[in-house]
Amino acid sequence: MTGAPAVEDIVKSEYEHGFTTEIESDTLPPGLDEEVVRAISKRKGEPEFMTEQRLKAYRHWLTMREPEWAAVDYPKIDFQSISYYSAPKRPEDMPKSLDEIDPALLETYNKLGIPIEEQKALAGIAVDAVFDSVSVATTFRATLAEAGVIFCSISEALHEYPELVKPYLGTVVPYTDNFYACLNAAVFSDGTFVYVPKGVRCPMELSTYFRINARNTGQFERTLIVAEAGSYVSYLEGCTAPQRDENQLHAAVVELIAMEDAEIKYSTVQNWYPGDAEGRGGIYNFVTKRGDCRGARSKISWTQVETGSAITWKYPSCILRGDGSIGEFYSVAVTKGRQQADTGTKMIHIGKNTSSTIVSKGISAGEGSQTYRGLVRIGQRAEGARNHTQCDSLLIGDRCAANTVPYIEVKNPSAKMEHEATTSKISDDQLFYCRSRGLTEEDAVSMIVNGFCKEVFNELPMEFAVEAQKLLSISLEGAVG
Amino acid sequence: MLSVKGLRANVGDKEILKGLDLEVGPGEVHAIMGPNGSGKSTLSHVLSGRDGYSVTAGSATFEGRDLLELEPEERAQLGLFLAFQYPVELPGVNNTYFLKAALNSIRKARGESELDAVSFLRLIKEKLKILHLDDSLLKRAVNAGFSGGEKKRNEIFQMALLEPKLAILDETDSGLDIDALRVVAEGVNALRSPERSMIVVTHYQRLLDYIQPDYVHVLARGRIIRSGGKELALELEQKGYGWIDAELAA
Repeated sequence: MTGAPAVEDIVKSEYEHGFTTEIESDTLPPGLDEEVVRAISKRKGEPEFMTEQRLKAYRHWLTMREPEWAAVDYPKIDFQSISYYSAPKRPEDMPKSLDEIDPALLETYNKLGIPIEEQKALAGIAVDAVFDSVSVATTFRATLAEAGVIFCSISEALHEYPELVKPYLGTVVPYTDNFYACLNAAVFSDGTFVYVPKGVRCPMELSTYFRINARNTGQFERTLIVAEAGSYVSYLEGCTAPQRDENQLHAAVVELIAMEDAEIKYSTVQNWYPGDAEGRGGIYNFVTKRGDCRGARSKISWTQVETGSAITWKYPSCILRGDGSIGEFYSVAVTKGRQQADTGTKMIHIGKNTSSTIVSKGISAGEGSQTYRGLVRIGQRAEGARNHTQCDSLLIGDRCAANTVPYIEVKNPSAKMEHEATTSKISDDQLFYCRSRGLTEEDAVSMIVNGFCKEVFNELPMEFAVEAQKLLSISLEGAVG
Repeated sequence: MLSVKGLRANVGDKEILKGLDLEVGPGEVHAIMGPNGSGKSTLSHVLSGRDGYSVTAGSATFEGRDLLELEPEERAQLGLFLAFQYPVELPGVNNTYFLKAALNSIRKARGESELDAVSFLRLIKEKLKILHLDDSLLKRAVNAGFSGGEKKRNEIFQMALLEPKLAILDETDSGLDIDALRVVAEGVNALRSPERSMIVVTHYQRLLDYIQPDYVHVLARGRIIRSGGKELALELEQKGYGWIDAELAA
């Protein structure tokens, strides 16, 4: 993998120690075979069924080919050069001080107003005390337990509640789904499990930020959220501070299951390290996210703000199986510098009177390139299905690109489909108007862009929305000029 | 307050302003009238700092500062305001939010403290009252989907809020019916004060029925060819702009 010094260095150093699988060591040597898959499962002390599922996935993965249809361009990934299990790094291997960190990253931390200790943690520097998150999380857990909500790591869930995990895991995104989801099924490191019992309205927004063991979940994260009949949960993922990670490839899988009258709201702010000015060292984010509206009148809503990563390949989707179920997708994606994104959604209408809404806002600046790729499929039985799609692109400068690739398949004549798409630039008129009122050019750009994204920000939980606006402004600083 | 001397400006290779002189003192209202293509909008744009014009000669100073050296926002911060002929739509940007950001940006540049939400709302209410406007415009996105009259009223409202020392009204009457024109003109009159100068750029005399200027200038072919009191406007109205051409040819 050229352009990835971090990964390469690790690979080189590990090769010196040979290729044997040492179960006792912290990090598995690079490479992937059945032994490695077994070793991961064993190390996590998983039940037998899980080991078997991982192996099945691995064997299937061997028969699959890496997808090449997305409009993104990157050097070929050598999957045998990646280490598929690494325990949290020892302090002596971490950067010693902020002096060793990319100054551009530090500047962003300062602009976001992140305290110095937290900056160190985000940048991967060894810190003695990890804030106050442990005590916060403990209070959290008590409140959740009272409501009967389970919120823990997926490894923990496999130990404590295998009977709740087993019937659902891999049922929304089966291991056969796609190349990266299959790889994830074989080697996933950790992730989150949420279970909301029947009729329970989760008493708080669930955020990975507060989960004690959310750190170092690694590159193959797995999330499963189950909302039983009549329940409600809102889940927040990510944070606005740019996160650095030693692992360049991220292939997460997220599965959501909503039973009758249940609602899941899933919000993401993704700001992985996009790489330096030349795009070196940025994260490849190849994610499979899918929600299954299994019960009648259930609702799944995806809201995402994507500003980071060198490459994003992501299509949070809804399977509208239950009659009258609702799927929503609200997205803001920003590509600047050398960033590339191929993102969108899939709305699969199976049940009667199902409806879906897609609002996608793409912003390209610098030499950023992005593609909206969306599928709306109305099945034969989906009487009275409705979809509204709105897809807007905003270009800043003249070296960026935006594409829209909608796929629409309608097999039931009663369907109502609406599709709107626009591409616009921030006009000189708009900039001059704002500046003639005393606003600086940067404030003007940020105001116009935030206005453009408003429909999506309105869907985010309040605090997240404020942070997302700030993040967007910072991301686009200096984009015009 | 504003002193323009021998101003020459091009759009591309074409010279639009050909040696324009204009002196505006504190509290004065100047009307600039002229036929289409005479350079009225160019003058407004050059003074407010819009891109796309190159000044080849002459000067423009505002309160002793060289206006032409400043960025558009710096001119606004100094107290210059342009009411647009065609106000620009900013979809999704809330009007109140926009106004607050603009006002605070100007206050900050002047070393004044920024207004918090409560004092800002109080100020807004006060200004709405002066202009006899209701607050329905405030909840909408800046100019988005506004009628012609609403856009112009919004411009005047911005002017009331930003309290400029010099306001340039660029063909504020264009596209307005007589009722809207009256509302806008009343707003402008309410904002007249000894500390505030105005340049009212217009094609027609009828705006000047409502806004009484102290001075009237006739702009033709890039220069001010005649100046006088408000009676000059009436003379123009009677004779039409054809009379100027005749005079220039003579």
